[in-house]
Amino acid sequence: MKLDSKLPSGPLHEKWDRHKADLKLVNPANKRKHTIIVVGTGLAGASAGATLAELGYNVKSFCIQDSPRRAHSIAAQGGINAAKNYQNDGDSVWRLFYDTIKGGDYRSREANVYRLAQLSVNIIDQAVAQGVPFAREYGGLLANRSFGGAQVSRTFYARGQTGQQLLLGAYSSLLRQVDLGRVTLFPRREMLDLVVINGKARGIIVRNLVTGEIERHVADAVVLATGGYGNVYFLSTNAKNSNATAAWRCYKRGAAFANPCFTQIHPTCIPRAGHYQSKLTLMSESLRNDGRVWVPKKKGDKRHPNEIPEEERDYYLERRYPAFGNLVPRDVASRAAKAVCDEGRGVGEFGQAVYLDFADAIKRLGVDVIRDRYGNLFDMYERITGENPYEVPMRIYPAVHYTMGGLWVDYNLMSTIPGLFVLGEANFSDHGANRLGASALMQGLADGYFIIPYTIGDYIAGTELEAVSTDADAFKEAEDNVRKHIDKLLSIKGKKSVLEFHRQLGEIMWDYVGMSRNAEGLKHAIEEIRKLREEFWQNVYIPGDSRHLNKDLEFAGRVADFLELGELMAIDALHRNESCGGHFREEFQTPDGEALRDDKNFAYVAAWEYKGDGKEPELHKEPLEFEYVKPTTRSYK
Amino acid sequence: MKKMTLHLRIWRQKDANSPGKLVSYTLNDVTPEMSFLEMLDVLNEHLIAKGEEPVEFDNDCREGICGMCSLVINGIPHGPEHATATCQLHMRHFKDGDTITIEPFRAKPFPVVKDLVVDRSAFDRILAAGGYISVNAGSAPDANTIPIPKEIADEAMDAAACIGCGACVAACPNASASLFVSAKISQLALLPQGQPERKRRALRMIEQMDKEGFGDCSNHAECEAVCPKEISIVHIARMRREYMRAMFC
Repeated sequence: MKLDSKLPSGPLHEKWDRHKADLKLVNPANKRKHTIIVVGTGLAGASAGATLAELGYNVKSFCIQDSPRRAHSIAAQGGINAAKNYQNDGDSVWRLFYDTIKGGDYRSREANVYRLAQLSVNIIDQAVAQGVPFAREYGGLLANRSFGGAQVSRTFYARGQTGQQLLLGAYSSLLRQVDLGRVTLFPRREMLDLVVINGKARGIIVRNLVTGEIERHVADAVVLATGGYGNVYFLSTNAKNSNATAAWRCYKRGAAFANPCFTQIHPTCIPRAGHYQSKLTLMSESLRNDGRVWVPKKKGDKRHPNEIPEEERDYYLERRYPAFGNLVPRDVASRAAKAVCDEGRGVGEFGQAVYLDFADAIKRLGVDVIRDRYGNLFDMYERITGENPYEVPMRIYPAVHYTMGGLWVDYNLMSTIPGLFVLGEANFSDHGANRLGASALMQGLADGYFIIPYTIGDYIAGTELEAVSTDADAFKEAEDNVRKHIDKLLSIKGKKSVLEFHRQLGEIMWDYVGMSRNAEGLKHAIEEIRKLREEFWQNVYIPGDSRHLNKDLEFAGRVADFLELGELMAIDALHRNESCGGHFREEFQTPDGEALRDDKNFAYVAAWEYKGDGKEPELHKEPLEFEYVKPTTRSYK
Repeated sequence: MKKMTLHLRIWRQKDANSPGKLVSYTLNDVTPEMSFLEMLDVLNEHLIAKGEEPVEFDNDCREGICGMCSLVINGIPHGPEHATATCQLHMRHFKDGDTITIEPFRAKPFPVVKDLVVDRSAFDRILAAGGYISVNAGSAPDANTIPIPKEIADEAMDAAACIGCGACVAACPNASASLFVSAKISQLALLPQGQPERKRRALRMIEQMDKEGFGDCSNHAECEAVCPKEISIVHIARMRREYMRAMFC
């Protein structure tokens, strides 16, 4: 395997334009002769499907939910960044580029991130034209707000439902193409294998989740937009159906997996309340503007928080980071919360929470101001916990939120398998080792609306695409492969449920491949994951059959893949002997406990190649070169 | 931790072609902190341990925004809590010893797929009949070219908040989809970008709604009462005006 990032030459700000000028085009009359499969209907998949159909391609759009509108992009709350500089506050494409590169702790490509910043402005235009009701000022122009990691106001938003509104915009464009006959929807289908013919991605195998039928679909190119793999941790802010199966099966067909250990843990989520807990809910980071984070100074202090006097409280963020206090970035806040809980000073029933206290802010500003600023969040907190945060401090704890790693792609968003393109959270491309808030929506839509329509044409125009039908041997082999996998899962008839295995895997991942990692723990995790995987294939119990809707069977396949991906994440984390962004290795920290990056030895993308079951994956390195931004150390003291 | 015992009566149906029935289960280890869907997770783990088939129910984000969860709980779509989707309903709103009846959303255009799972693809087909603004990627003017008064943008956002869950249909004695359809017609009719296709959109979406077999609206307002996003029936009134306008103006 050879990694060719295909980065264009020339000055940074001209790279994309020059590259576009060099890309080959497909004649409009010929586009309709080509079929493109798009898997996933989140921001990246829906926007790609709609745009490719607008150009004239035949698009087959697949999703696992009952409707394309359910994709997990819908849950994004805060907003979307764009370098519009509508606020006249000094924003520019350069500044958005710089913030994103720095926010990613210098582990992403300059050319990709610059293109993302350039395209950000077009996304807002497109969304507004679709009727997305962004927040506006009284003068009728678009409103902005500030977000973490930036000193300008560049975030566009639609209340706390920005992801929902952007997704419904992309989904409406997709449905318009359904109406025009250029897109066919395949809901409740799960992609279970990629079909590669003569070295090129030419189709997919899916399972119809309602009837259990295994279907073959042929195309000239496959676009994967299936999201991230946060659910490997079992508990995360991801939706229950979010999974890595499609991406993982592509990895096993030859697509390199890049930086799997880069995961983002968000500091402010509602903590776990019991063993039965199924997912975690995010509380907006904006709460840290007025809330003060603390734990009791004494270990195991079980008193009611309002009975713990001021001098017996440890406002640990304010103590450790006097300059930034409660507003340190996500990775720093998350690690600090874990540290105090590990010391035995965590609160709540399981000792796995810290307080976020608004008492001082209410005293200073009055309850009405706080209600105005955070009322809907306080209501949501009360709905879930049954506690009133106006009177009792909130309990919060970090939770897995986003995965920066993903399938490796070149500048054209093509994986190491020709004809397989990967978009949005499913690829690794733009966020380095840490993603800034309000940038995920931006990347998904830039990939789908404005990058793939250009680059896929270049691939189709420049590639000899033999006539292929679903009768080809490769389709039969892939279908047999899928059937065998399903039959094997159903035949085990063991004693432990899929959920129990997933929960156990999640505990291993969270304890050893979570917020802070060390070599010993990672080696232990690899052993434990292997043991658990072995047990899974001997002792999992899946009720029902494969001919009906069977969620346990669906989840069994996903958990089987998580049991392999989890190991790769640990292997990647073990090999990366440095701390950067969301990847904190305890051995590599400054004397005062901050992340210690090693640019000399680790300024590269780690792309892993599958070498067969039970064999060590092979590491390929794509060096990262910084021509325009000089990597520096982040400090928040 | 306090444990509750609940008596559940749950609709079980093997597939669309098989008859269904209510089956009783008793659950002894429910805690008040559980969400309603987590309570069903616990039931399913018990059923799996006994070698029985678990209850199938649709769900995804469990944050009240994707619109995938459904369920009629004691006769009310999304259950007893106001403005709360089933996935955000918690067991503290029930009492030890309660009997809870759980059924799928019932309407002819929402056929049962299995147990509590229904097929809501009719909604996609209605939106595909014009529930969009025709704009290709790349052809949009600068976003600030058209100022939109804040009040209008806010009202459009109120309508756009619909999550497409279908509770409005399940609550309606006529199985009307008027609240869902009107929310989209209203959002796009309010905005300047929606004007060029305004009449065509209203006519086509309403025609498709009828074709799917949804009933007429007769002002019961049950839809508004159960809507987890508090979409107002004001939008239905606007949809009617849009329809009349498209027919006669």
